[in-house]
Amino acid sequence: MLIRHAPRFLSSEITPERLYLDRRTFLAGAGALLLGAADAGAAPAAPQGAPLKAARNDAFSLKDAPTKLESATTYNNFYEFGVNKDDPARLAGTLKPRPWTLKVDGLVAKPKTFDIDELLRAFPLEERVYSLRCVEAWSMVIPWIGFPLQALLKRVEPTSQAKYVAFTTLLDPEQFPAQRKGLFSLGGLDWPYTEGLRLDEAMHPLTLLTVGMYGQVLPNQNGAPIRVVIPWKYGFKSAKSLVRISLVADQPKTAWNVAASSEYGFYSNVNPEVSHPRWSQATERRIGELRRRPTLMFNGYADQVASLYTGMDLKKLY
Amino acid sequence: MSRRNRIALKAAVWVVCLLPLAILAYRAWTGDLTANPISFITNWLGDWTFRILLTALALTPLRIVTGMAWQMSLRRLVGLFAFFYATLHFSVWIVLDHFFDWHEMGADIVKRPYVTVGMLALTGLVPLAATSTTGMIKRLGAARWKRLHRLVYLVAVCAALHFLWLAKVGRTDQYVYAALVALVLGIRGWDAARRALRRRKQAFLPGLPGRTISGP
Repeated sequence: MLIRHAPRFLSSEITPERLYLDRRTFLAGAGALLLGAADAGAAPAAPQGAPLKAARNDAFSLKDAPTKLESATTYNNFYEFGVNKDDPARLAGTLKPRPWTLKVDGLVAKPKTFDIDELLRAFPLEERVYSLRCVEAWSMVIPWIGFPLQALLKRVEPTSQAKYVAFTTLLDPEQFPAQRKGLFSLGGLDWPYTEGLRLDEAMHPLTLLTVGMYGQVLPNQNGAPIRVVIPWKYGFKSAKSLVRISLVADQPKTAWNVAASSEYGFYSNVNPEVSHPRWSQATERRIGELRRRPTLMFNGYADQVASLYTGMDLKKLY
Repeated sequence: MSRRNRIALKAAVWVVCLLPLAILAYRAWTGDLTANPISFITNWLGDWTFRILLTALALTPLRIVTGMAWQMSLRRLVGLFAFFYATLHFSVWIVLDHFFDWHEMGADIVKRPYVTVGMLALTGLVPLAATSTTGMIKRLGAARWKRLHRLVYLVAVCAALHFLWLAKVGRTDQYVYAALVALVLGIRGWDAARRALRRRKQAFLPGLPGRTISGP
């Protein structure tokens, strides 16, 4: 009985968007009030959910229908808020995406710390509809707004020694409750969250620094105010709430690889033929769909990125 | 315990054990199953299978520790509910998750240790459910029936492994469940050892009936 009814709640699920936005506006407003009290005269924060317009780049966009916004903002892996999918949406009010700076340093000729609003002015934004494939075998289709990471990297001029790019997420237990040391925090991820790419991966035109989605400022639970999105890799590679991007000579440590190296490799390219040691990656469930669909090599971006890995044994370098 | 009390107690067990299913149905009705309903339903049923199984396994340790015995007549009913939820959990995996893709499911059972032990746990519950009637106890004889039903200890260990092996780094609830399995089995082990020791002591005490121990 229950089973036969299952398709019904797929199409009618979850809070109406308007209610959801009201809630987030309220949280953002509450946050702004607190900020205002502490720091009178500061510029008003860009509220989450505020409209953010950018022309769609069709050359880099899937034709598939995007996942519902409510799903993309209520079903998240963002371990800084907790391990459950609904923790980020419930708890992300503590994250303050303004004021915010992003430090770009390391093996570059022109290191620079950017204010987030300065970044938004410096680089033209575009919308791209990408597939996001989680290592847990589910996926979403999300219209991101951002600009190619290569534009930023070119601005700071990597030196010839730079071979990798290291990403660091904010470390602040006040804003990220799960970063607080507690009795039960043993055996989790090391904070701050770190990720990394090879320089050529970082320079690939698909790699997007992202500040918005669905025509809006990036919600806190999706990695506000700025995150990277690498659509041919498992979702955890797309680090959120970035405070630092460093150009380095050696392959950087990455959070999930440090936590469980046999399960999460440095590359973590989406690959249906290489199983996670504990589950198959051959199929995935796209959120909003009932049936599993086959997972595509490089998450469907093989034409664009396969050449980056020519001659590499992707079973060994998973 | 009076017959009336016993009936009331069993009715209460029915209500409590069906409540998780009722809540799930209500959440389905109101569209409150998260963005990934199939995963949510699977996890929900898995969690409740494990909780009810642990409850069934806690009734004997409760007697060992407190001496209370009123709960002992509930073991069969609670155990059958654990089997009921395990079957639902498994059915969702077959029907909603894999939609009868036997090839993929077969590969999962063979290749994924957490699926293998999950299947073992469910398989282990089948003979226990099948022999749960009073008639079957009589047919098997109490001693043999008791020995067969010790299989539930293995089921509990498999259930704990199932959760430990599927949980991602950073979660902690799987350790809580494994610790509870260790606790309910540990109390039994401790009690069995204590009784064995007492029997042995009795064997050495002159004038008391007991086994004689031969050998050096």
